[in-house]
Amino acid sequence: MATLTLREIQKSYGSLSVIKNIDLEVADREFVVFVGPSGCGKSTLLRMIAGLEEISGGDLIIDGQRMNDIGPADRGLAMVFQSYALYPHMTVRQNMGFALRLARVPKAEREKKVAEAARILQLEPYLDRKPGQMSGGQRQRVAIGRAIVRNPKIFLFDEPLSNLDAALRGQMRIELARLHEELNATMIYVTHDQVEAMTMADKIVVLQAGVIEQVGTPLQLYHHPANLFVAGFIGSPRMNFLKGRVTGLDGTGLSVDLPSGARVALPVETATVGTGDAVTLGLRPEALRLDPQGPLGGTVRLVERLGGLTLIHVDLDRDGPVIVQIEGSDGTAPHQSVRLGVDPAAGQVFDGTGKALPHLVRHPLTH
Amino acid sequence: MTLRGHGALFWRVAAISVVVEFTKPKRQARKPGTLILVAPSVAVLLLWMIVPLVMTLWFSFQYYNLLNPAGAGFAGIDNYRFLITDPDFWASLGNTLILLGSVLAITVVFGTLLAVLYDQPFPGRNIARLLVVAPFFVMPTVSALIWKNLMMHPIYGVLGFLARSVGLEPVDWFAEYPMASVILILSWEWLPFALLILLTAVQSLDHEQREAARMDGAGPIAQFFHITLPHLGRAISVVVMIETIFLLTVFAEIFVTTSGGPGNATTNLAFLIYARALIQFDVGGASAGGVIAILLANIVAFFLVRTIARRLEV
Repeated sequence: MATLTLREIQKSYGSLSVIKNIDLEVADREFVVFVGPSGCGKSTLLRMIAGLEEISGGDLIIDGQRMNDIGPADRGLAMVFQSYALYPHMTVRQNMGFALRLARVPKAEREKKVAEAARILQLEPYLDRKPGQMSGGQRQRVAIGRAIVRNPKIFLFDEPLSNLDAALRGQMRIELARLHEELNATMIYVTHDQVEAMTMADKIVVLQAGVIEQVGTPLQLYHHPANLFVAGFIGSPRMNFLKGRVTGLDGTGLSVDLPSGARVALPVETATVGTGDAVTLGLRPEALRLDPQGPLGGTVRLVERLGGLTLIHVDLDRDGPVIVQIEGSDGTAPHQSVRLGVDPAAGQVFDGTGKALPHLVRHPLTH
Repeated sequence: MTLRGHGALFWRVAAISVVVEFTKPKRQARKPGTLILVAPSVAVLLLWMIVPLVMTLWFSFQYYNLLNPAGAGFAGIDNYRFLITDPDFWASLGNTLILLGSVLAITVVFGTLLAVLYDQPFPGRNIARLLVVAPFFVMPTVSALIWKNLMMHPIYGVLGFLARSVGLEPVDWFAEYPMASVILILSWEWLPFALLILLTAVQSLDHEQREAARMDGAGPIAQFFHITLPHLGRAISVVVMIETIFLLTVFAEIFVTTSGGPGNATTNLAFLIYARALIQFDVGGASAGGVIAILLANIVAFFLVRTIARRLEV
C-alpha cells in the first residue's frame, strides 16, 4: 500500500525556479510516467520525491505522512538510476544486499531476499559476478534487483532504459510491465521516450518548464490532448498543425477555413471561440487519408514505406507540410498531386492560446 | 653519488615500467615488423641500464679504495662479507624500511582523508587546493633546509619560538627525535603528491553511485568505507608504488638535515652507500651496497607488484 501526494511542490535554485507549484496524486499500485523534453524538470521532480534534492516549498506526502524533511533512506523508496549506479567492487549478490547489510538485517534473511529478487529477475546464474563482467541489460536488472530487495513502498526509475540499445529497450519495457504486475507496486518512471510512456503507464504526467501540462491515461493524452504542447509531444510521427480561422459555429461543432480556402468541419465545443478567431487545427497522421474528393490538396514530397505502415509527406498548397499515415503498403509516388480527406472525429482544434477545445466525440477508451 | 645512482636508476626504471605495464589497458598482440621500430629506444634504454649495472657489479668484486691505490685487485666476496657483518648496514636497512613504512602510512591515510575533504565544496577551495599541493614543487634540499633552519631549529625555528612563547623548553628536533623529524619532512613533501592523485580519483567517483548509497541508507561514514575507499583502491596502489620508488632512495633530505646522524640514527641504505663511496672512498664496498640496494628494491617491488597488480587488473 503506497500512495503519493504532491501539494504545491516547488524547487528553485536561487531566483531560478525549476519546479513550479506541482500538484499530483499517485494512487496505490499505479504506474505513473513523468514525460517531457530535456530540462523540463521531470528528473528533478523525481529526485525531490527520492529525497536527493531539497524541496523548496510545498508538501510531499507518502501514505498520508509528510516526508519533506525525512532522509532518502527512510522514505521507504528505492530508485533505479540512469547509469545503474552499481557498486563496481561488489558482486551482484553484495550489490543487491547492500541496503539490507547497512540495515543490519541477519545474513540468512538477507540471502533469502536476494535470492528471491534474483529469481524474479532471472539473475541467479550471475550472483557472484561483478557489474564489470555483465552486459548492459543484466546490469539494468541488477539495479532493479537492488530496488526490489528493499521492498520499497514506491519504485522510482530515472530514465532506466536510455543506455540500452533499441532491441533490449523493447525487451526491458515488457519486463518492467511484467514486474509491475508481479510486484503489485507503485512505480514512478521518468523518461523522455514517449513510446515507453505510452506502453507502460497507467497515468502519464506531461511536464514542460517545471509545470504539469496534462495528466491522464496514455489514450486520453493521445486522443484528447489538453493543449498544443501535449498534442505535439505525444504521438509519432507528430500531429500535423495547420493554421486557420473559424468561419462557422453551431451545436455540432465548428468549421475552419485554411489559407488555401479549404474548409474542415470538426465536432468540438465552441463556447470559448467566435467567428473569425485564429485557431490551430491538429490532425494526427492517421486522421488524414488519401481521398480524391477530400478538401486538402498538395504534392507528395517523400514516401516512407515501413511495410505495415506508409508515411506520405505532403506539401499542402499554401497550408504547410503534413504527414499522412496509411495502413499497409501504398503505391503513391513522390511529386504526385494528391487530395486528402479528414476524419473529423480524430481532429483537434486549439484556440489562440494553444488550449484544446473539448471534443464532442470522446474516444470510447478514454472515459 | 654516482655509484648510488647506478642501483637507484636501475630499479627506478624497472619499477616505473612495472607501474606503467600494469596501469595501461590490456596489451595487444604485437604485429610483425614492429621490432625494428622499437629497437633503437630499447637499445638505448638497455645500455643506459646495463652499463652502470655491470660496472657496479664489477666494482663490488674488487678491492678498490681511492685512499689505498696499492691495494687494488680481485676481492671475491670480501666486500659483501664486510658489509653484512657491519652493524651499520643492518641499522641502515632498518632505517630505510622504517622511513618507507611511516611516510607511506602517513601520506596515504592523511592523503585519503584530505582528498575527501577537498572534494567537498567550501569557500576558497581552489586556493586551498593550490596551497596544499604547493610543497610538492619545492625541491627536496630546499624543503629540508626550510624545515631545518626555519621550522625546527631550537633557537631560530618557528617551533622553538612557539615553545618559548608558552614557556616551554624548545625541542632540538634533529638531536632528540632525528628519525621522526626526517619522517615529518618527507611526509610534508609527499602528502601533496598523494593528495593530488587521490583527489582526482575521488572526483572521478560516479555521482549516482553515491546517491544510490544514500538511498540504500549509507551515512557519510558508511559511504566513505563502502563506496569511496574501494573506489580509491587503485589510486592508492599507484601512490604506494610511486612513493615506494622514491622513498627507498631518500638522500637529499638526510644529507642536508642530519647527515645520517646522530650516530647512524637516520642513515638509510642510500646514505650508507654515499658514505662508503665519498667519505671513506671505498668504491668496492659502496658498490656491494649498491648491489644489495638493487636486491632490496626488487624484493620490495616483487611483493608490491604481486599484491597491487591484482587490483590494477580489474
